[in-house]
Amino acid sequence: MQITLPRIGTVAAWRQQVRRLAAAGIDPAAVIWSVGETAPDLFAAAPPRPAAPTRLMLSREAVEGIEMALMHSDPERFSRAHALVLRLSRRELRWGDRSDPALRRLLDQQKAVGREIHKMHGFVRFREVTPPGANRRAFAAWFEPEHPILEAAAPFFARRFGDMDWLIATPTLTASCEDGEMRITETEARQPPPEDAAEELWRVYFAAIFNPARLMVRAMKSHMPQKYWKNLPEADLIPGLIRAAETRVRAMHDPGTALPATLPGPRLRRKAPAGRS
Amino acid sequence: MVQRTLPEKLSILADAAKYDASCASSGGERRGSRDGKGIGSTTGAGICHAWAPDGRCISLLKVLLTNFCIYDCAYCINRVSSRVERARFSVEEVVSLTLEFYRRNYIEGLFLSSGIIRSPDETMAEMVRVARTLREREHFRGYIHLKTIPDAAPELIAEAGTWADRLSINVELPTEAALTQLAPEKSVKTIHGAMAEVKARGEAARDRTARGTRAPRFAPAGQSTQMIVGADAATDGEILRRSSSLYNSFALRRVYYSAFSPIPDASRMLPLIQPPLVREHRLYQADWLMRNYGFDATEIAPPTGMLDLQIDPKLAWALAHRALFPVDVNRAAREMLLRIPGIGPRSVERIVTARRHRTLRYEDLLAIGCVLKHAEPFITLPGWSPRALPDDANLRARFAPAPEQLSLF
Ligand code: SF4
Repeated sequence: MQITLPRIGTVAAWRQQVRRLAAAGIDPAAVIWSVGETAPDLFAAAPPRPAAPTRLMLSREAVEGIEMALMHSDPERFSRAHALVLRLSRRELRWGDRSDPALRRLLDQQKAVGREIHKMHGFVRFREVTPPGANRRAFAAWFEPEHPILEAAAPFFARRFGDMDWLIATPTLTASCEDGEMRITETEARQPPPEDAAEELWRVYFAAIFNPARLMVRAMKSHMPQKYWKNLPEADLIPGLIRAAETRVRAMHDPGTALPATLPGPRLRRKAPAGRS
Repeated sequence: MVQRTLPEKLSILADAAKYDASCASSGGERRGSRDGKGIGSTTGAGICHAWAPDGRCISLLKVLLTNFCIYDCAYCINRVSSRVERARFSVEEVVSLTLEFYRRNYIEGLFLSSGIIRSPDETMAEMVRVARTLREREHFRGYIHLKTIPDAAPELIAEAGTWADRLSINVELPTEAALTQLAPEKSVKTIHGAMAEVKARGEAARDRTARGTRAPRFAPAGQSTQMIVGADAATDGEILRRSSSLYNSFALRRVYYSAFSPIPDASRMLPLIQPPLVREHRLYQADWLMRNYGFDATEIAPPTGMLDLQIDPKLAWALAHRALFPVDVNRAAREMLLRIPGIGPRSVERIVTARRHRTLRYEDLLAIGCVLKHAEPFITLPGWSPRALPDDANLRARFAPAPEQLSLF
């Protein structure tokens, strides 16, 4: 049997379906899950094998963990979680038991989703799109998360940016907040908002706060993997900063060099130093 | 004085601020702006918005109000005798940069410090004005960290605490002798006095008085400090003992260690070489052990006074105290469990809970989350005994990593 979950409210819909399926005693192996519109599976028509109905009883920790893991991009996540919910309810398995391969997988995915949400909170970059004459400022961002986490990540932005309107578009869904009211919709325009002049200042800051005497590229990349770089306005400065680091440090050891630290990158070249004040 | 553009000022004043290691935006109250009447929130944990190629998290707009300074601290790029380019922000410029960066989700807030212009009070007053404007006029609810000038008047420090989440006062150097030599205008007494002031006000703000009224809000994320490592001859042992006494005396949230970094136009009083960055890293690890593992400052640093750069201080301690190992995981006291390499406080809690019900086996430790590769030589329990490992002279070699490129040179 094939179940297609909606793109918005995927997790809640899955939960509802699982309750129904468990009450009807349907074997998780007989269910094929998908999100949005997908081509029907050829074998999906086979009648589900009957099983005994199960009463679903889970700890809150388990429910939260499973719901989080369901925001992973793995297509198998729905059926894996479905089977696990039944096994946990029948007490065949204890929540948190990492010796069970399926549960370990789910726990790992829960962690990956949590990390991705956290990264999204850090790496979204708004650009100002306030229309002329508006009485609230408006900002928009384009973000490409690795997992469909927008719904879980969005409330953070509503708490933080209370006095402005904002919109975050991802390849599938868009979160927006106007006059304090947040909505999730399907994404219409799959493209970043127009550039914002403030990004130049941010780039100046990014280049200046970097200490060339402590180059640690690996640490940077482990925290800020390159997959995020294309939507970070500062990221294209990085190769130039790394390249120039050694020369800048050598210059510091050279008595008699008065700086300023030169700024790399084509868009950051400053006028010749204006002399000391 | 030349008129500088905003990008020029930002470049100079961020460049000058980067030697301050702290970029934390954690701790303190949780706030939001869902009510629509302001901007900003704090989450308690803090968020990194970018990482610079030096591997450090960028979470705050970290700038100096000005890098003009009348003091002459030898280790500082802004000292009066340095030929660095100078700039000065206006209060409005810092306020606007903070807000514009914040609205674009570049930062968690502001970390403002300053060179001393004219007088400590005047400088401090201007920094306070930035924070007040952000809070009162702009209804900014993001994070504010103010680096406090120790010589500033107590009223100014009090007001700084009203607006800021965190205050910091840098002790700068591990010993009084070094401070006197390298920062002639500064004094340990004044620095400690200001720290005590911050501590007392913070405590007052948390305690209710007998009548149930509350003292005004004061820096809910507490205070921190920074020490420069490697600019003087202080050993790691001296540094850690100093930290320990600072933690105890002033209720500091954090002591930051900043490996002395070569600065352009450096003073001749300073060493020309940079201490290996791994030294700073080991100090952070040792500091962590003091705060979370019950280690005392006097026992972490070996008799030579210097931490082992090759292996972490917990492992080094265990290797130096082999007679105490292997530890029976099912019987040992909590304090001893905490000293086993590869086993952290969370694992210790899990072990203590689990062993109430049953005898733990080797396999259980994996599920508990211990790093067995590190723990194995130091533990014994059903399913595992380390044989002769702890006495093996090569044990250290087994853990000492292949030289890593932690330092640029
Ligand atoms: S007072 Fe501060 S800014 Fe001035 S020279 Fe000393 S450390 Fe540098």
